[in-house]
Amino acid sequence: MSAPVIAAHGLTKRYGKATVVDGIDFDVAKGEIFGLLGPNGAGKTTTILMMLGLTEVSAGEIRVLDHDPVRDPLGVKRRVGYLPDQVGFYDNLSAFENLAYTARLMGISARERGSRIDEALARVRLSGVAEKRVATFSRGMRQRLGLAEIVMKRADIAILDEPTSGLDPQATVEFLEMIEELKRAGVTVLLSSHLLDQVQRVCDRVALFQSGRIVLMGTVAELARQVLGAGFVVEVEADATADLEARFGAIPGVSSVARIDVDRYRLTADRDVRPEAARAVVAANGALRRLSVDDPSLAEIYTRFFQKQASQEEGKRDAA
Amino acid sequence: MRREGSPWQGLGTVFVKELADHISSARMLVLEILFLLIACVVVYFAIDQIRQTTAEDPFVLLKLFTAGRSSLLSLLAILGILIPLVAIGLGFDAVNGEHNRRTLSRILSQPIYRDALLAGKFLAALATLGISLVCLWLLVIGLGIILLGVPPSGEEIVRSLAFLFVTLAYAGIWLALAILLSIVFRSAATAALVALGLWLFLTLIWPMLAPAFANVISPPDVRYLLVGVPSPNTAAWERALNSISPNQLYGEAAAALLAPEARAVGTTDYIGYLTQLQGAIRGSVLPLKESLAIAWPQTVSLIAGVIVLFVAGYVVFQRQEVRA
Repeated sequence: MSAPVIAAHGLTKRYGKATVVDGIDFDVAKGEIFGLLGPNGAGKTTTILMMLGLTEVSAGEIRVLDHDPVRDPLGVKRRVGYLPDQVGFYDNLSAFENLAYTARLMGISARERGSRIDEALARVRLSGVAEKRVATFSRGMRQRLGLAEIVMKRADIAILDEPTSGLDPQATVEFLEMIEELKRAGVTVLLSSHLLDQVQRVCDRVALFQSGRIVLMGTVAELARQVLGAGFVVEVEADATADLEARFGAIPGVSSVARIDVDRYRLTADRDVRPEAARAVVAANGALRRLSVDDPSLAEIYTRFFQKQASQEEGKRDAA
Repeated sequence: MRREGSPWQGLGTVFVKELADHISSARMLVLEILFLLIACVVVYFAIDQIRQTTAEDPFVLLKLFTAGRSSLLSLLAILGILIPLVAIGLGFDAVNGEHNRRTLSRILSQPIYRDALLAGKFLAALATLGISLVCLWLLVIGLGIILLGVPPSGEEIVRSLAFLFVTLAYAGIWLALAILLSIVFRSAATAALVALGLWLFLTLIWPMLAPAFANVISPPDVRYLLVGVPSPNTAAWERALNSISPNQLYGEAAAALLAPEARAVGTTDYIGYLTQLQGAIRGSVLPLKESLAIAWPQTVSLIAGVIVLFVAGYVVFQRQEVRA
């Protein structure tokens, strides 16, 4: 793995006595989509603002593309695109004019400006409304215009804060596709959200925030192993004379087998054991009717994690 | 710890954008039309009066600024009231407007410092005011030449240009105040109301309160009272207290520049009183240099006020959270 493009060590933000971000550590590798998850007020936006040098760091260190956002915010902001939560534009200006203003602030030369704006608007499918005033735009169009700004900037890192909250399902799907396009173009994406299924759909790795700390970090499968014990639940529906339960249990990686019905079994495993399960049924001369796997869902991990935590705390309280 | 990169990066861009916004905005259009209409009417009456009363005057064009049907209706007095309104109108939603439109964090995530945004906004609004004032100045001088048929002398031009500069500094104070309030208050309406409240207080209430405070701080001497003359100490306090109001400073500086007949700007420095003075010491005209020297302290105070208010806004803005 190449050197991380974002590296935070013991990053802390305090407002008076309240600690909003409490000594977090994380690295983001080049070209990945990294998700910041967590309930509102868990410190996601504050972390993002510290990355951009828009709010002061109380303790710890953060480096973005080898720049220190505290000392050299311009160096960071030249190469990082930011789409804030509920982005706003100048309503009296057209989409093109809004982008032209930020293009000038970015220092894009007058010669290049027009073509880069057109190109960016085409990428987010807003070319048709380039000359319309932003006042007439829907929420989804504004979000896409915000993304166009990042495309126009040719940013190395795109930081998107709650980009899909408040969008209708169709707009959400389109927006997530555009995020994946960004990734294909080699952009590192940092996505903050509380919408778990969307994060799961696009993110390579996620960090789960809770009251200022990162409590879990890794790929969804890793988190599932940590929280749910085993990551995969495979359901098999098959008829066989032989004892399928024992055969399934012998498959390496399977931690438990449950017979839910006469001909239905539920296997819990740390990986996808469908091929082995199929082979076992065939080897037992059985008739395989259905084979399905439940992907570990982030929502499940999330709820289970907080349940566990609550019960642990209760346990501690009882012990005390 | 030093930050890297120039604080001025993006200043020009912000300046041009804000200036374009101001000049094309409906708000500014209304304010400017009002401004010019009132100015024209006042100058017309001033010319009327000058025609009737003045036989010969070396500074007849300067009279356009100070004369009027009554002392309260001179161009100078009207400017003293209108300029704060226009300046507040330009500045009251400078920063909180960006907050409320949710454009602030997006703009600040571009490679510029906050310095550039704030300075650009201030300078653009000041330039807008400057443009309106230059137009007004040309209009007044032009009307004077056409309607009175007197060509302006060099000294008149210099004096009126100096007056223009002082007016701009006066406008700057109210603009800096409005921008400071737009940083402190998240709601544009609150900022506008507080600014207007301060304006009312400083222009209407403070001139009435200042003598009362002066009397409390330094009670008048009985010996002076018996003669019917104000005690020097009390008068000095009154003058010092009055100087808190930018309106007062502006009036004094403008009077020194526009009415060369006035010997000094003393305790009796209401514009209305000047007309009496003009009659009293007609003939003894102060040279330009002396007038400038008299107006200098007030001008410097006005500029200092602009800087102090702007710096206060700057400090608050630098420490403010950008999140909505």
